[in-house]
Amino acid sequence: MAFLEVKGVSKHFGGLAAVDKVSLEVNQGEIISVIGPNGAGKTTLFNMLTGAHALTEGEIIFDGEPIHNHTPQEIVEKGLARTFQNIRLFPELRVIENVLIGMHIHTQYSFLDILFRTKKFRKIEVEKHQRAIDILDSIGLKQQVHNYAVNLPYGDQRRLEIARAISTNAKILLLDEPAAGMNPQESEELLEFIKELRDQGYTIILIEHDMNVVMNISDRIVVIDYGKKIAEGLPEDIATNKRVIEAYLGRSE
Amino acid sequence: MAKKLALKNNTIVDWISKLRNYYYAHKKVFFIALAVLIVLTPYISPSQYILRIIIMVGIYTILALALGLVTGYTGQVSLGHASFYAIGAYTSALLSTHFGLNFFITVPISAIVAAIGGLLLGLPTLRLSGTYLAIATLGFCEVVRMILLNWQSVTNGPLGVSKIPRPSIFGYELTLANNGLYYLMIVLLILTTACMIAIVRSKMGRALKAIREDELAATMMGIKTTYYKVLAFVISAFFSGLAGAFYAHLIRYIDPNTFVFDTSIMILSIVILGGMGTINGMFLGSALLVSFPEVLRFLQEYRFVVYGIVLVMMMRFRPQGIMGGQKKSNYQFPSGTIMNRNTTQTKFSLSQENSVEGGV
Ligand SMILES: Nc1ncnc2c1ncn2[C@@H]1O[C@H](COP(=O)(O)OP(=O)(O)O)[C@@H](O)[C@H]1O
Ligand SMILES: [Mg+2]
Repeated sequence: MAFLEVKGVSKHFGGLAAVDKVSLEVNQGEIISVIGPNGAGKTTLFNMLTGAHALTEGEIIFDGEPIHNHTPQEIVEKGLARTFQNIRLFPELRVIENVLIGMHIHTQYSFLDILFRTKKFRKIEVEKHQRAIDILDSIGLKQQVHNYAVNLPYGDQRRLEIARAISTNAKILLLDEPAAGMNPQESEELLEFIKELRDQGYTIILIEHDMNVVMNISDRIVVIDYGKKIAEGLPEDIATNKRVIEAYLGRSE
Repeated sequence: MAKKLALKNNTIVDWISKLRNYYYAHKKVFFIALAVLIVLTPYISPSQYILRIIIMVGIYTILALALGLVTGYTGQVSLGHASFYAIGAYTSALLSTHFGLNFFITVPISAIVAAIGGLLLGLPTLRLSGTYLAIATLGFCEVVRMILLNWQSVTNGPLGVSKIPRPSIFGYELTLANNGLYYLMIVLLILTTACMIAIVRSKMGRALKAIREDELAATMMGIKTTYYKVLAFVISAFFSGLAGAFYAHLIRYIDPNTFVFDTSIMILSIVILGGMGTINGMFLGSALLVSFPEVLRFLQEYRFVVYGIVLVMMMRFRPQGIMGGQKKSNYQFPSGTIMNRNTTQTKFSLSQENSVEGGV
């Protein structure tokens, strides 16, 4: 059984089927790219996976357990975390605080521990701060720890979103256009970083427009158009798939 | 005109940052000096009138710290905090006048009753946002006032409660003259401040700030937003009730008109002026806004015009409040955090953290 199974999920907004009976399977340690023209329904699919949108129909099974109809909080705790296409950091908080908030669910002390600043509280706080620094270090944001998220350059904000998703101890990372707005060098570095994450055992689902990135990085590619899955396969197959080329070239996207 | 102001602003900012650096370099000295000043204040204070104003500053600081948790840190505007202040005051006043209970017994009870009020208001309303929450809390404030006015058999209606006993410890009465009330205020203020600092510098504080910054993103990080909003509200009501109880025994006479909408606005103004999401701003805001009407007494009724103008100017030129906004100073790591560990070891140790910690 696959790590994540998406079975015939749909999302209707009024009369519009933004996602229409899409199925896909993701294995542990894979990088899966979801591509498709603007408005194809990729972000909506992510919203369903993370509990932000209720499904109109279908099922999502993660690690053997159904997760559709669960709250976003329950889904993060199970191990799915995401980044947002239109960056949603906590702008007026520090970089390190953004990451610490990602660790919220795994920061386990009680309200009394907080009030009395018990030994347990202090120990856990140090541990979490330490890990936050490590995560920021690995993604190249360590020198920005004190800065406020809103002050970061665009590329750094995208990386901070990834750092925050990692800090939830997620097993699957859903990255919604993480390279958007980055310059070629930044996006090259990001690519390397995502590969390293995969080598560490993370499973990654990536929405990306840059075909170079997608072809280079993906183990498999899923193509969505008008809410429907129109193709799925290895990068080299997708590159020559007629329907995919039509979807991309046959429209004025 | 605007340029001139901006320039002036800059020199002030410079000046403040110098002071701040000096403060960080000599923190201990400042702390001791402050402690000495706090202890000596009643002896320096020229009159009981001044001392009473200082005590009122303390009460409003507690109220502002309480509301600050909800509005400043969590971003939920409440216009109903005067009602928790009222609940605390009435509970303590009635318990001590009817049953002769000691202040130190009635105070925790009053705070808890106010907290229950906070729970009752918070549970249904905190799912609302922005304007709707403000209106709902405003409504609650009116409801509480109406109950105080009309439930005459218990509250004595518009006549209020009088002859409220002074706080006493083992028969020793705390008064303005023997400075007991002042020191009692200091104790309550320190207690409130310590709780607020502890909360703010924990995962709870971070969760509250996350809700303020982006509630949906907070949800996606696994934060139970409704739970934290209600919890913040209950804690806030608790300390507002505490302030109310103390106030009742300070003034010794309360009636429903002591706790009106104006009081809610006053507390909110302190939070905004002092700086949302700050602790020290609540002290400064309260000191300014509570003493202002007294300092400007010579202007008689016009003082409220001046007061209004100051708030409007503030919103125009420094909307984040005096102490609010981004800080120049570094984030304070908990002691024991090592910034530069052996990086060869940690560089890509991103593999899922082994969950060794126990806990709930
Ligand atoms: N909350 C929503 N309400 C109504 N329509 C939506 C909503 N979210 C997305 N849509 C619509 O669903 C379609 C798919 O959008 P989206 O998933 O964002 O596409 P993509 O991420 O592939 O560019 C679009 O037509 C969009 O307008
Ligand atoms: Mg999208």
